[in-house]
Amino acid sequence: MNPEVILSTRGLGKKYKDRWAVRNLNLEVHRGDIFGFLGPNGAGKSTTIRMLLSLVRPTEGGVELFAHNLKTHRARALRSVGGIVEKPDFYLYLSAVRNLELVSALSGGVEKKRIHEVLDLVGLTGRAADKVKTYSHGMKQRLGIAQSLLSDPELIILDEPTNGLDPQGMKEVRELVLHLSRDQKKTVFLSSHLLNEIELVANRMAVINKGELVVQGDVNRLLDEGERYVMVKGGPKRSVKSVLKKNKNILKGFTERDGSFEVKMDFKDVPSLNKALVKAGVNVAALVPRRSLEDFFLSITENESRV
Amino acid sequence: MKPILEFFRIVRCEMIKTFLKKRTYIGFLIILLIVPLVEVALKLEGGRFLRMSMRGIAQDFILLGNLFNGWFVGHQIMNSLWVQIPVLISFVAGDQLAGEATGGTYRLLLIRPVSRTKIFFAKFFTTVLYVTIFVSFLGVLSVGLALLLLGRGDMIILQQGILVLQESDVAWRFVMAYILAAWSMTTVASIAFLMSSFVENAIGPIVGTMGVIIVLTVITVIPVETFSGIREYLFTYHMVVWQKVFMDPVPWNDIGISVVNLAGYTCATVAAAWIIFVRKDILS
Repeated sequence: MNPEVILSTRGLGKKYKDRWAVRNLNLEVHRGDIFGFLGPNGAGKSTTIRMLLSLVRPTEGGVELFAHNLKTHRARALRSVGGIVEKPDFYLYLSAVRNLELVSALSGGVEKKRIHEVLDLVGLTGRAADKVKTYSHGMKQRLGIAQSLLSDPELIILDEPTNGLDPQGMKEVRELVLHLSRDQKKTVFLSSHLLNEIELVANRMAVINKGELVVQGDVNRLLDEGERYVMVKGGPKRSVKSVLKKNKNILKGFTERDGSFEVKMDFKDVPSLNKALVKAGVNVAALVPRRSLEDFFLSITENESRV
Repeated sequence: MKPILEFFRIVRCEMIKTFLKKRTYIGFLIILLIVPLVEVALKLEGGRFLRMSMRGIAQDFILLGNLFNGWFVGHQIMNSLWVQIPVLISFVAGDQLAGEATGGTYRLLLIRPVSRTKIFFAKFFTTVLYVTIFVSFLGVLSVGLALLLLGRGDMIILQQGILVLQESDVAWRFVMAYILAAWSMTTVASIAFLMSSFVENAIGPIVGTMGVIIVLTVITVIPVETFSGIREYLFTYHMVVWQKVFMDPVPWNDIGISVVNLAGYTCATVAAAWIIFVRKDILS
């Protein structure tokens, strides 16, 4: 059965004066996805999200949300959508609860209980009555996530939600995204320029560069494409290097980095390499097959920038 | 939800935002300082102000009774504050849209499943409400306090001569004058609203509105033949329509023309602001 597409863009583009910020973008987000929207800074991610949430009018193409055309049926299209666009800004002179009450009124109204539920979910219950101007950036970011969840939307669009957070805060957001997807069956559209963030949570992704879609698909499938390498850790290093030089038949090359070796090779040959290393007296600490999204992302964005 | 209920729900939000913001009360605070200060000073000076105002014509009249009273001072205060009040009005009206852009809260507001049109008119409705409350506050404070401090009596109007209105004929004129003042201040607010729709900080609309008022006032009052053809079409010509309520007989036809003219300006500026707002790309 084909997955249900709940967000799609067709030939979406935005031109500012004579510069295209986004052009001919065709995205498909399926129900239940954690959809990573990846791109370097300035790639057009935020412009795309602004178009998805009707903050910016597309120059060409269009957006469909839950089979409703955003241009012609805006209210219906946005009814089941929550989101954060760039940094979370609030009415600083009002409390978190009051801010959420205002958001609630614009989203058709929710019960007071729900406001406290979402504040609890993001860990802000203790500061709910405090004015937002007293909040740290991380707290505002969490309040931003709370407001996006307020109306219990089916689709949550998060634009770089971990920006400015410390590692613990980033981990908490990641866990929250996974919780929303697994336990609450939400669809999450997550943009980021942090590659590992997408790699850790997303099942499908699109990469955008210079306003154009570079690739889109299943994260695992995309990771399986292209060259792979194995991280070899062990010593003595002289012996490792010697083994790598002697086994050119199974290796496509290697580089030394940070005390270990990155060896380009097929993963099926890893046991043979291991055997050769042990035979040469190397204490093998780790053989880690790598095909990280980061490499993938870097390679395609580098290719794009060369074009 | 019914559209009208949804609209008033948004109005409630806008009122919470407006009336919980400190800047909203700056105008009230200034009025609260100026009016008692002036009225107490006038009381302390006795009737010197009235005698000074009547210098040159006093010898032609014999005036009896308490003419330096609350009605007279209330009218003088209204006359002297009509330049400052637009600044205070545009302070809040100019912030209604531009303030959201400055604070980045458009991104919070305009991603909701309500139309921009509803949000826009809820904001304008709130602005009109603010104008009404503010002008009423000015009226109640200035006239009420003046009556309390200086007592009652017939009202003397010093405008192109002397007009004395019997006390029984005065109160309704003040009510009518403040209704018309609120009407003309709504036009000022709508100009600030228009400016607020296409800039991203609230200072621009305040300065811009005052700039428009100053330029058009100069054209209105300067006795140059070139401007005579357009003068009557400028809103600044009609902005002081409330003064006509204190004439005898009251020129209702002229007042009607001014009311229509001001309404035309309000509708045109609000329509322009609405078009800009609904088509605007939110980049802040």
